[in-house]
Amino acid sequence: MSNKKTLVIGVIGADVHAVGNKILYHAFTDAGFEVINLGVMVSQEEYIAAAIESNADAIVVSSLYGQGELDCRGMREKCDEAGLEGILLYVGGNIVIGKQPFDEVEKRFKAMGFNRAFPPGTPPETTIDALKEDLHVEG
Amino acid sequence: MKPILLIDFGSTYTKVTAVDADAAKLLGSAAAYTTVQTDINDGLANAVALLSEQTGKLEFAERYACSSAAGGLRMIASGLVPELTAEAAKCASLGAGAKVIKTYSFELTEDDAAEIVSMKPDIFLLVGGTDGGNKACILNNAHMLAGAGGDFPIVIAGNRNAARECEHILAGREVYVCENVMPKFGTLNIEPAQQKIREIFLSRIVRAKGLTKASELISGILMPTPSAFLAAMQLLADGTESQSGIGELIAVDVGGATTDVYSISAGMPDRPGTIIKGLPEPYVKRTVEGDVGMRYSIHGIVEAAGCEAIAAASGIAPARVQELVDYLATHTDMLPTTPELAALDEALAGYAIRTAVTRHAGRIEEVYTMMGLAYAQTGKNLMNVERLVVTGGSLIHTKNTRKIASYALYDPQDPTSLKPRKAELLVDRKYILAAMGLLSKYYPEAALTIMKEELENNGLAE
Repeated sequence: MSNKKTLVIGVIGADVHAVGNKILYHAFTDAGFEVINLGVMVSQEEYIAAAIESNADAIVVSSLYGQGELDCRGMREKCDEAGLEGILLYVGGNIVIGKQPFDEVEKRFKAMGFNRAFPPGTPPETTIDALKEDLHVEG
Repeated sequence: MKPILLIDFGSTYTKVTAVDADAAKLLGSAAAYTTVQTDINDGLANAVALLSEQTGKLEFAERYACSSAAGGLRMIASGLVPELTAEAAKCASLGAGAKVIKTYSFELTEDDAAEIVSMKPDIFLLVGGTDGGNKACILNNAHMLAGAGGDFPIVIAGNRNAARECEHILAGREVYVCENVMPKFGTLNIEPAQQKIREIFLSRIVRAKGLTKASELISGILMPTPSAFLAAMQLLADGTESQSGIGELIAVDVGGATTDVYSISAGMPDRPGTIIKGLPEPYVKRTVEGDVGMRYSIHGIVEAAGCEAIAAASGIAPARVQELVDYLATHTDMLPTTPELAALDEALAGYAIRTAVTRHAGRIEEVYTMMGLAYAQTGKNLMNVERLVVTGGSLIHTKNTRKIASYALYDPQDPTSLKPRKAELLVDRKYILAAMGLLSKYYPEAALTIMKEELENNGLAE
């Protein structure tokens, strides 16, 4: 096994948008990460279980159907409870309903314990750069 | 003619089956009490004597045996997350023919370790973490086992990056390292661990259980009986290169203490757009319900089905059902000699099958999403499996096998359980399946031919 950083990714809740998830899987893999892709309709517990077994460095949650705020609530607390204290948590996509100023949305997700939140239309490169910075990956 | 003797050392009976491997014919079968306390060969000799009354004197060219005597192969497993590596560990142990006494998840405590030692397992399976994943849990658990004593062998099949360190921690113990049961997240790799478990069973357990004396008389292969049964079912489903099998199947063995369910099926969804959740399912799967059995575990059937349901199915008043069940639980060798007991046993067997097959089969859930209705499947979809094999005293010694077996099928009252819609029923009237599993290791063609010939087709259950 290499020293690759391990990410757990997937689309949370009753959300079946599969395309962006596959794009992220390929983009993160190409960028040198070990990626565990849980696919669509993932529950908080499934992200956490996968992160425990694989000793993951980050969980990247996607939500495309506007219910992200409900789906993500309490996730940080569950991670803490499961022994994943301090694990990097990202969220991105169409994470809330309607047109809301993103800085307010970001504030709310950060208050929920997410390290970063990304607005609709974020290119994978932006997330990759952020991951590399937060996980101290060279290059 | 090439007569071969196949022996199944059971906990109560030693069953012997004679076949002619050249002609692919069953010659006869017989059973006598197992004598594991004194010399296991006494029971075997008695059974063979009874057999030769049917077949005449035979010079056996080869003898093979399987065993579930002296408690069978008793295992304990530990993994990390309950639904992931701990489940994979359990799955691997059951598939190797073991009786899983307990499965632990997360880090073992000192109390757990003491409990493990007190349960005296035949083998401990230590797993946890994907390759390159979590090491802390398996290393902790190795330390706990090392500190607790006991002399059972330990199979390490967890995170490969921690396996050697576990071995060092357990230095001085009988330790075997093999491939991870879950090398990557969501990928099952249970065969290497199962292979190792079978080897240990052969080399060590057989000796420890007083079966060595018998093994001197036996040409080869001593495996746990469920393992032989599983081999028979896979051969029957898949066939050989020159002879086709009967296709995907489910088999149910209703015993006195447990009910075992086997499925040889990929179990994939048949509705488009179904999303599969949870651990991938092995094509060859065995589950054991330790709380569902016709005598020792009779209360488990009543708990699962409810006394009212059993009363309704048997036509006996609920209070009387309860009374009889309590009686049978303590009189475990009681046979259904009266019409009342026969009716009760049929109802119990039906619900034992329903409970065990429902737990074995997967489920489908309807999920309403913003994009419309979607389906999420966990476990195996067995709705399209069209063959059901049944064995066990309560199914063999009755005329109502088809009625009882139909409890294994899809139940409109429980529409999310993915049990078969309808199935052709095959009954192991002569109790030959474990023997055919043994035979299949050397004479697969003969074993398959005999099974096709001897399994009694009871028509379509709907």
